[in-house]
Amino acid sequence: MLRRSLQFALGRDVLGRGLGTHRGGSTLDWNGKMSEIKKKIQSVLPGGAWTQLHDTSYLPPEHSDVYSQASTVLSVGGIRQQFSVPENIQLSLFSIDFLRNINEYLAVVDDPPLDIQFNPSGYLLLASEKGAAVLESNVRVQRQEGAKVCLMSPEQLRNKFPWINPEGVALASYGMEHEGWFDPWSLLQGLRRKVQSMGVLFCQGEVTRFVSSSNHAETPSGEEVTLKRVHEVHVKIDHSLEYQPVECAIVINAAGAWSGQIAELAGVGKGPPGTLQGTKLPVEPRKRYVYLWNCPQGPGLETPFVIDASGAYFRREGLGNNYLGGCSPTEEEEPDPENLEVDHEFFQDKVWPPLAQRVPAFESLKVRSAWAGYYDYNTFDQNGVVGPHPLVVNMYFATGFSGHGLQQAPAVGRAVAEMVLHGNFQTINLSPFLFNRFHLGEKVHEHNII
Amino acid sequence: PLHLMAPVWNQGTRGIHGLSKAVAPEDSQRKGRSLLQFLADHFYDVQALREYLLRKQVLKVHQKNRPFTHIKERFGPHAAGAYFILKQGGAVKFQGKEWIRPNTRGRFSLDFLKFPEVPVEAVDASGSAINYHGLDNLLALKELQSLWLRHCPHVDDWCLSRLHSLANSLQELSLAGCPRISERGLACLHHLQNLRRLDISDLPAVSNPGLTQILVEEMLPNCEVLGADWTQGLRLGPEEQSRDTASPIPA
Repeated sequence: MLRRSLQFALGRDVLGRGLGTHRGGSTLDWNGKMSEIKKKIQSVLPGGAWTQLHDTSYLPPEHSDVYSQASTVLSVGGIRQQFSVPENIQLSLFSIDFLRNINEYLAVVDDPPLDIQFNPSGYLLLASEKGAAVLESNVRVQRQEGAKVCLMSPEQLRNKFPWINPEGVALASYGMEHEGWFDPWSLLQGLRRKVQSMGVLFCQGEVTRFVSSSNHAETPSGEEVTLKRVHEVHVKIDHSLEYQPVECAIVINAAGAWSGQIAELAGVGKGPPGTLQGTKLPVEPRKRYVYLWNCPQGPGLETPFVIDASGAYFRREGLGNNYLGGCSPTEEEEPDPENLEVDHEFFQDKVWPPLAQRVPAFESLKVRSAWAGYYDYNTFDQNGVVGPHPLVVNMYFATGFSGHGLQQAPAVGRAVAEMVLHGNFQTINLSPFLFNRFHLGEKVHEHNII
Repeated sequence: PLHLMAPVWNQGTRGIHGLSKAVAPEDSQRKGRSLLQFLADHFYDVQALREYLLRKQVLKVHQKNRPFTHIKERFGPHAAGAYFILKQGGAVKFQGKEWIRPNTRGRFSLDFLKFPEVPVEAVDASGSAINYHGLDNLLALKELQSLWLRHCPHVDDWCLSRLHSLANSLQELSLAGCPRISERGLACLHHLQNLRRLDISDLPAVSNPGLTQILVEEMLPNCEVLGADWTQGLRLGPEEQSRDTASPIPA
């Protein structure tokens, strides 16, 4: 009784932002609705909430602590608006807003506030002669969407960042605000802590089977389609043969690099090729390396997240002249995603030379550490898949982000929640990212994939 | 030529988690369960009341930082910015005029509204509740030369990333005593190429004040940086000092 009247008294958020997600626990708002429904429907997320909680049982036992292989915690942690697809820019803008107000959204009474250690240093994208026109048109789109990006000539580049060698750079774009990098682990912990405080149950195990029921329906054109509903998910407990059948009303596939396998278990893609039934979820794991090196004469505090025209990237890490960086391999050089072993030759051959050419100080450096992580790589068009599957009616996707999942996660979570609760996208229109596009062949081509 | 140094592959740290200083621990063991917390855990009403009170505090800060659009439209950005600062309890100096401060009752003269074209030269918003949104009012002051934001509890790294709009005019900036500013926000100050005086002393959230000061000085070569004494980290502790001055062991 008192609770209801207090919520009524609070009324609308004074900022009128209409997001309404930062009042934890109250039943009138969106977060509250989510937790209510979660309790009622016991939704099963082979993935978990919006983040990359996923089962690791496809791997040998020593790797099976949750999150050790999750892309989130192995990520370099960058967030940028410098994309070419407007929806990607919007997703990233929403997410940065979320991150800035994270202690209002994810506040838990009596727990310390979160510090995601955000470095607002921006991204610097360098383009050669070939890519300059594309860069310029991308910046125009980004500005239209509200990103704060400016273009720089090689001269301006040399003045602003004297440690850059602008040879070969025709144009550069620099994000002044809302871009940078942060600690993905604290975001993950913050989200877990908050949803746990709201009553969500976490369980750990491997999803081995989906039990679904089928229904036949006819399309307007008279074709017969089989609609499926997942009723039960079998979760196999670690190190045992037992499994727990979990009844569910909704399944959200946020399994990151393993979403493709999960989707196959649910029957996505089992049908003659070329039909909707036969369209698989084209997400597969792709291994990417990240190297940490020390260079005492390297660029200083002002260093942004630099992405060279060659695709190699680096950013500052901490105050001790340490830098993180890497490069995406070409299709032919794709490493085997069987394990997360690091190829150090790759650094010598493919990462170091372009970076040393761009930043002469990097000619002498010392690699301190390296690790590998997976991209949930969408082989179709390297953009996310969000929304329901047309045939398995209660399965929703939130995967396939191919390396920019972390920075879009809060916005995607919002989108999936809206889809589940309202049946359509309300804040950001992600209809170009629906599953249908794989069958229809409509690629959403993103130029700036790192 | 690439100098190949002996590589040291350290497989210990997986991801940047090893290097991060994440605040939230896995299971937060609450130190000393207070009565209030006990009540909140057991009664929904008490929990709701606590959440309400917390929410009210946050709303109060937002309310203080609301924009005064009607003043901006009528009198222009300088007058609106000045009004905002004076409302917060800060002080404003227009070009060619004296400092305007609110009196102990929070009242101030509205004479400046008669001269809407006169730009604001200096702002002292120390101790005010200005935050990321309230900063909008300051960023419109395109001829601002001095800005003091000492001991502002809501000025954080995100706010510093917005200051680049003042790069053309800003010459003096003081951030002393702001509890939320860390070295990550200070890295954004490199946009302020006209800055000549910067005060970054007494910033509790900066992890390594001495090193940070050196890096900021390198980043802004034309700027005088006041901050922690760089020998702070090198200062010997009392036992070490006595050891140094102790006489050598006699032969």
